[in-house]
Amino acid sequence: MSTPRSPMAPPRSFLWTRRILLTLLTGFVLLPVYVMVSSSLKPLADVTGAFRWLPSELTVRPYIDIWSTVPLAKYFVNSLIVAGAATVCSVVIAVFSAYAVSRYDFRGKRVFTVTVLSTQMFPGILFLLPLFLLYVNIGNTTGIALFGSRGGLILTYLTFSLPFSIWMLIGYFDSVPRDLDEAAKVDGCGPLGALFRVVVPAAIPGIVAVAVYAFMTAWGEVLFASVMTNDTTRTLAVGLQGYSTLNDVYWNQIMAASLVVSVPVVAGFLLLQRYLVAGLTAGAVK
Amino acid sequence: MTTTVRADGPAVRKDAPGAARGPRRRTGRIRRAGLPYLLLLPALLLELLVHLVPMVTGIVMSFKELTQFFIRDWGAAPWAGLDNYKVSVDFDAPVGEALLHSFLVTVGFTVLSVGLCWLVGTAAAVLMQDAFRGRGLLRALFLVPYALPVYAAVITWVFMFQHDNGLVNHVLHDQLGLTGKPSFWLIGDNSFVALLTVSVWKGWPFAFLIVMAGLQNIPRELYEAAALDGAGMWQQVRRITLPSLRPVNQVLVLVLFLWTFNDFNTPYVLFGRTAPAAADLVSVHIYQASFGNWNFGTGSAMSVLLLLFLLVVTGAYLALTSRGRRTAA
Amino acid sequence: MRRFRAAAASAVTVSLLAAATACGGGSSTDGGGSDDSPKELTYWASNQGASVEVDKKVLQPELDKFEKETGIEVKLEVVPWSDLLNRILTATTSGQGPDVLNIGNTWSASLQATGALLPWDAENFDKIGGKDRFVDSALGSTGASGQDPAAVPLYSMAYALYYNKKMFAEAGVSEPPATWDELAAAGRKLSKGGKWGLGAEGSNPVENVHHAFVFAKQHGADFFTADGRPDFTDEGVVAAVEQYVGLMAEEKIIAPGNAEYAQNQSVSDFAKGRNAMLLWQSASANLKSQGMSEDDYGIAPVPVQSGAPGGGKNVNSMVAGINLAVFKNTDNLSGATEFVKFMTSDAEQKILNTAYSSIPPVKAAQEDPSFNTPANAVLKDTLAKSAAALPQVADESQFETAVGTAIKELFADAAAGKPVTARSVKAKLEKAQQQMPAK
Repeated sequence: MSTPRSPMAPPRSFLWTRRILLTLLTGFVLLPVYVMVSSSLKPLADVTGAFRWLPSELTVRPYIDIWSTVPLAKYFVNSLIVAGAATVCSVVIAVFSAYAVSRYDFRGKRVFTVTVLSTQMFPGILFLLPLFLLYVNIGNTTGIALFGSRGGLILTYLTFSLPFSIWMLIGYFDSVPRDLDEAAKVDGCGPLGALFRVVVPAAIPGIVAVAVYAFMTAWGEVLFASVMTNDTTRTLAVGLQGYSTLNDVYWNQIMAASLVVSVPVVAGFLLLQRYLVAGLTAGAVK
Repeated sequence: MTTTVRADGPAVRKDAPGAARGPRRRTGRIRRAGLPYLLLLPALLLELLVHLVPMVTGIVMSFKELTQFFIRDWGAAPWAGLDNYKVSVDFDAPVGEALLHSFLVTVGFTVLSVGLCWLVGTAAAVLMQDAFRGRGLLRALFLVPYALPVYAAVITWVFMFQHDNGLVNHVLHDQLGLTGKPSFWLIGDNSFVALLTVSVWKGWPFAFLIVMAGLQNIPRELYEAAALDGAGMWQQVRRITLPSLRPVNQVLVLVLFLWTFNDFNTPYVLFGRTAPAAADLVSVHIYQASFGNWNFGTGSAMSVLLLLFLLVVTGAYLALTSRGRRTAA
Repeated sequence: MRRFRAAAASAVTVSLLAAATACGGGSSTDGGGSDDSPKELTYWASNQGASVEVDKKVLQPELDKFEKETGIEVKLEVVPWSDLLNRILTATTSGQGPDVLNIGNTWSASLQATGALLPWDAENFDKIGGKDRFVDSALGSTGASGQDPAAVPLYSMAYALYYNKKMFAEAGVSEPPATWDELAAAGRKLSKGGKWGLGAEGSNPVENVHHAFVFAKQHGADFFTADGRPDFTDEGVVAAVEQYVGLMAEEKIIAPGNAEYAQNQSVSDFAKGRNAMLLWQSASANLKSQGMSEDDYGIAPVPVQSGAPGGGKNVNSMVAGINLAVFKNTDNLSGATEFVKFMTSDAEQKILNTAYSSIPPVKAAQEDPSFNTPANAVLKDTLAKSAAALPQVADESQFETAVGTAIKELFADAAAGKPVTARSVKAKLEKAQQQMPAK
């Protein structure tokens, strides 16, 4: 994947500049990560007094306490269900839409892409209350409980990631040679057959990139989760506020919990980052 | 952003030979004509449900007097005409003045944040263009801020910015002695710096990621030719890298701009619902105007104004950059 | 074909819009309540104990008791304070809410104005044993005067001065201060060596408003005129806010770091001996859970300007507390009333108020000897003699936001070493006043 830039060896001054700048940047990036990790292993006294670089003693106590101070496991499951379902649906729907835009010429195509993308402009606060009212009224008229349920949150989040996903996949599908689906059609596949047997497999990096994006969007959202969830459907984004209880701010537990909720996303992200770069290279930035 | 519209494809298929039998051809054509719409249907319905209809509802609400006396049945709330808008843009009165202040803070913040994110991201991507030992590891590390869930990352910064037990004051005051006394980062004027720091920390990896991907598409022959012409590192960056990244940057800057401008999560987790004046971003400001003051009509009107502003800016930006691209090409 | 598609698309849009605008059309939003689902209730409790989980443990056994008595199952959700008002607002807007809920008693008039809560007229009060079962001061914070109360008092609380006995002895302060001058003098003796005289929650608008209100009373001023208009720039009000923030800016007996406190850090500072005094309501349970023994601290009335606490200018606390309200559109009206009756019964009042170290607003329960400990005696006395209700006006909630935020900014100035003067206070309050809804 590397693209050696020049056949000549770079000058020494460049190497030093690079070393210094990248070291500084690494420090900036890792500082909060260090704080998160080290503080999560400190006793409470260490995080309520003046800051210390090193724990006075190492303890895993916060990692045990986080599960009882707040029903973290429940929030975790909620977030997993919501983010997982939103991701799957978002990817499937984005694949269909992107395929239509990439492979067909039809009336309203431009209107569709422009409209979908322009939703990125909407301030979330503008449609928070209306969306909430809409869900409630759909619930009242049809009996489908969207408000307060995981279903409503899934719908919301999957739509949030949809515009960017569709846009990225259009770019990616465009880069998959058309001859391939033509060949598949000659072999007797329908348009959907061509999509699933040829285009999708060829576009796996793009699809992974989109999935990662959709998952992160759903996993990290705060505003809508704070209004649209209740006790049983609360997600991690809202649940984490529970560590600032009435009598103390348990910073060590907050840090431990932050770490625990970050691990699945960060690990997944880092595992899949190769796909991500490949997906973006062929899709978004083409 | 709509560079992907293509005109070929179906035309080729339509004229495909061999499928010339009457009735079958007909149904085939209908199916073909309907198929793209069918494929788009789920996305369309969802966009309608989650984005468009609520937005229209929000616009309707902005023309209503939607205070605590009427929220119980907003359909029956009295029409307010343009009153909500008048209040919002009366910059001599406190509500409008506060909105204008918040808007200017947001503009300043967005410009600085997007600029820094782009600069740091591009610099890092260019510096890491050549392979060196540890590049893969470093690239993974750099993506961590972007991968962390917003609230987990921002709450860590909240801890670091604490006046009494935070890392930032410990380093700046206790260890380096740079400040006479511990500073406040989450209240008062420094809060702008705090917000900007967090925003750049969180946002630059995205620029890095996109620019990195963009660099992969630059043919190496260009560099080789330039090197043969005797161009140094810096000249190669200026003459090849940056111009080649132009289309990427066009989209990247726009996306960063929209995300930063509308960002709610970062300021909300950082400051809670009443942000300090110096860091009073418009998204939280509107949230507070709606939920804190129980006035959803004015809140909606402010949101609509914000949307109009973003529409104008985006439109102007696209028009300008596309023209620039065309003449450059 | 194209026309058909366009028609279909607009039909979908219209039907969605109709669904969105049908607010008020749904059976559950409209008018009075019903008894459609007599065996079930949803109850939103506010967070009274050390944490949401603690509250569930306190409340669930009582709810089980209620279910045994009546056969009605109560679904409990303890809503954190940070979400409670938003959740109530969205519930009000949509009609999708609980049957019974706790509200901060200061919100009573604001929520009453929405018309979403069941008014407690004489008939309704009779169902729970009559209005005169409740203490007057608590009833004074249940809605605008001249209207039927929007809620029923559940827990009563008052501010008191908590002081650390050991730190007092070390600094040579023999008596808890009774006036602000004495408090400032004691505070100066106590503020040294990294320890401070008093704690405050400078970034918490609600706490700020509570204190400012009491100071205003002591300056003979009110935030609202008699006919309910905001009057934040009244001289007495300005002096009151200046005096409160001055405890940090002038007297320097509050640590500057407290300016960014909003999550009760001042309580844990007190428990850890970092500050010697605290103005708080019902802190006992919290202090205990943080490992501070009841013998380590004393409780005294909040200071006044001069003399002893009482009425008029010698008010030294707001009437703090939690009210229990019923959503008008409940589908189990009789069950909800039954539940309110249960929660305000003498027996339950004793259990719940003991658990939360608050005072029962029900007269009979209040007389129980368990509420005669020295700590409770101070609270009871304050409530009975020297507490005043926050303004019972529809804009109360906006007032808390606007003035509370203004004081938060003043604390930020004080902490940064900027001067806090009558002029700067007045400017901030003027701005706050202009943000209030126009009449």
